[in-house]
Amino acid sequence: MTPPTPMATEPLLQVRDLRVSFALDDGLVRAVDGTSFDVMPGQVLGVVGESGCGKSVTMRAILQLVDRPGRITSGEIRFRRDGEMVDIARLPPRGAVMRDIRGGEIALIPQEPMAAFSPVHTVGEQIVEAILLHSHRWGEKKLGRRDARDITVGLFRDVGISMPEQRVDAYSWQLSGGLRQRAMIAMALSCKPRLLIADEPTTAIDVTTQAQVLGLLRELQAKYDTAIIFITHDLGVIAQMASYVVVMYLGRVMEQGPVDDIFHAPKHPYTRALLRSIPGLSGQTRVALPVISGALPHPFNRPAGCPFHPRCPDAMERCAAAVPRLLPVTPNQLASCFLHHDEAELP
Amino acid sequence: MNEAAAQPLLEVRGLRKFFPISKGFLRRVVGHVRAVDGVDFTVKEGETLGLVGESGCGKTTASRCILRAIDPTDGEILYRTRDGRTVDLARLPPGELRPLRAEIQMIFQDPFGSLNPRMTLLDNVGEPLLVNGVTSRTERTERVAELLRLVGLRPEFMHRFPHAFSGGQRQRIGIARALATNPRLVVADEPVSALDVSVQAQVLNLLLELQARLKLTFLFVAHDLSVVRHISDRIAVMYVGQLVELAPTDALFGQPRHPYTAALMRAVPVADPRVRGQDGILGGEVPSPAAPPSGCYFHPRCRFAQDRCRAEAPALREVAPGHFSRCHFAGDLTL
Ligand SMILES: Nc1ncnc2c1ncn2[C@@H]1O[C@H](COP(=O)(O)OP(=O)(O)OP(=O)(O)O)[C@@H](O)[C@H]1O
Ligand SMILES: Nc1ncnc2c1ncn2[C@@H]1O[C@H](COP(=O)(O)OP(=O)(O)OP(=O)(O)O)[C@@H](O)[C@H]1O
Ligand code: SF4
Ligand SMILES: [Mg+2]
Ligand SMILES: [Mg+2]
Repeated sequence: MTPPTPMATEPLLQVRDLRVSFALDDGLVRAVDGTSFDVMPGQVLGVVGESGCGKSVTMRAILQLVDRPGRITSGEIRFRRDGEMVDIARLPPRGAVMRDIRGGEIALIPQEPMAAFSPVHTVGEQIVEAILLHSHRWGEKKLGRRDARDITVGLFRDVGISMPEQRVDAYSWQLSGGLRQRAMIAMALSCKPRLLIADEPTTAIDVTTQAQVLGLLRELQAKYDTAIIFITHDLGVIAQMASYVVVMYLGRVMEQGPVDDIFHAPKHPYTRALLRSIPGLSGQTRVALPVISGALPHPFNRPAGCPFHPRCPDAMERCAAAVPRLLPVTPNQLASCFLHHDEAELP
Repeated sequence: MNEAAAQPLLEVRGLRKFFPISKGFLRRVVGHVRAVDGVDFTVKEGETLGLVGESGCGKTTASRCILRAIDPTDGEILYRTRDGRTVDLARLPPGELRPLRAEIQMIFQDPFGSLNPRMTLLDNVGEPLLVNGVTSRTERTERVAELLRLVGLRPEFMHRFPHAFSGGQRQRIGIARALATNPRLVVADEPVSALDVSVQAQVLNLLLELQARLKLTFLFVAHDLSVVRHISDRIAVMYVGQLVELAPTDALFGQPRHPYTAALMRAVPVADPRVRGQDGILGGEVPSPAAPPSGCYFHPRCRFAQDRCRAEAPALREVAPGHFSRCHFAGDLTL
């Protein structure tokens, strides 16, 4: 595999040719079908793609949290730990190392905000438990419950929750959507992760609250220097948040590169089509938007060849027969498209 | 739009809907959620009026009042019928309402929840026809085939069940169903909010095309400002049960006249990394419609608020031709 984006620093995470499938009674869903990307320390990596393209499954695979009957069938998930790369895909999901990575070094803000907190404990209690579980990440000294509570109050203040001393004793269902989102970010930061995975953290909230939460994440990212994988289907959010972008379609990476290149010089026909199809705050109104023809195929019926070929305006004969590899097509960008190179994946 | 088309089809005046908050064993009423709190607007024949605002501001409640799915607490909903009479939907008895149901139809947000999973497309799309007296199955089958073709679906699909269709296809089915009775006014409540961007573009195009072809009038409800901008001739901005601004689309975006509208526009993430704005993020939270603030409902979050805003509720005033704002200083602010 070609290493994506040559950069001076060493990557924190390298996903290589990852495949995850769900063996269901009526067919096999290849949810992630050969995905590769890197995350650099302190980087905000934006992952964008439409519903069902495998964003959440990829992230759950990184944490070894794929729901059954899903299974990582091949590929590597190399994560830098104490100066060495460990392959998460080979670690036992319930082993000590994985437990330490999950929640300690890599934290997830999950897609369903209600499911993240238990309704029977206060949010404070839950964060305190998480801190105590990974207490070595806060230094040598053994932490007591009191210390963990103080840290929690401090985190609440950091994420902009007013009256933090009172709010830690609230139950999640007593908090507004915006406050719950902030509490969840506090929870995710509670173990000083080196990588934060935010799976659509603002999809369920209003646009003015979203603007607050995005501003907050940007601030915290600068303060803690945490790398963030930011998942969304909203290209506006990606443009505002990410420094580097991965565009996914049907479980594969179509294109990746620095955010400015993706938005101003997209190479893959899917990226181009996606960007054209969004209405903006400028431009002509009440005219037909350019659309991507056809519909997403059913998960049981993945097209052969390039997954985008049945809907691609530039498709050639070859696109139906072979799967293009993800390769550098400019000094900064990688794309998997035969318009830009000739190399196919091995059958 | 021609002369005749510029007439109002719908005129909403002083619309209010309060939900009682009751407590305790005796269900004593202890207060009211002022979900819609004095809303005025007109929708001209053939136009699209966009109704935009954040969650809980009362968009759905206002729409449901217009369809008389719920009874308004107060106000008038004047509708000009096909035969030229003007009726007040807010007060019409059920018997007189029934024949008008065919003229006013609704498209829902949830393409999954709005269709009956146990009925084929023929029965789902044909149901409003049956309700309106088309009892012949052959006639219904023909009309459903025509409707499916109209929304870009193959007529052969009519014997399938909704689960066999994607989100975008189900939304098309919902649109076909809404169009079955040849409506004049279509109230679309967040019709593209649950859809992916590529599917959203397809459905928006379909709505624009159908409107031109069938001379439909739309009340288009959404929380996404870019979508509302794209489809609307005029836009009404709602905040805590009230309209704060109403203007032609270009005027609203060219020069917003209410601080909330301006803040809402700044909050929309622009799909261009070269335009990264952080300044002017609106702080605070939307107040509860059960206990709205004194004076101007927006004053606790407004960076222009003065003493007067805390004490005195501003009225919705016309500050430029066709441009209304509910701000004491609408004429003076540079937003
Ligand atoms: N538990 C599961 N069982 C069966 N199939 C699943 C399961 N979880 C995910 N899938 C399938 O895997 C594919 C990828 O799903 P995933 O949730 O990763 O999409 P996504 O990109 O996160 O979409 P969204 O934007 O809707 O969250 C989909 O086809 C989905 O139906
Ligand atoms: N049946 C009801 N009983 C009590 N309160 C209600 C009822 N229906 C709506 N409300 C309240 O009225 C207010 C307006 O709700 P509405 O659903 O109209 O808002 P909306 O603008 O459509 O929001 P969204 O964008 O979330 O759909 C909210 O505070 C809501 O909780
Ligand atoms: S009336 Fe006052 S508080 Fe309300 S929007 Fe105008 S300036 Fe702001
Ligand atoms: Mg997901
Ligand atoms: Mg609603």
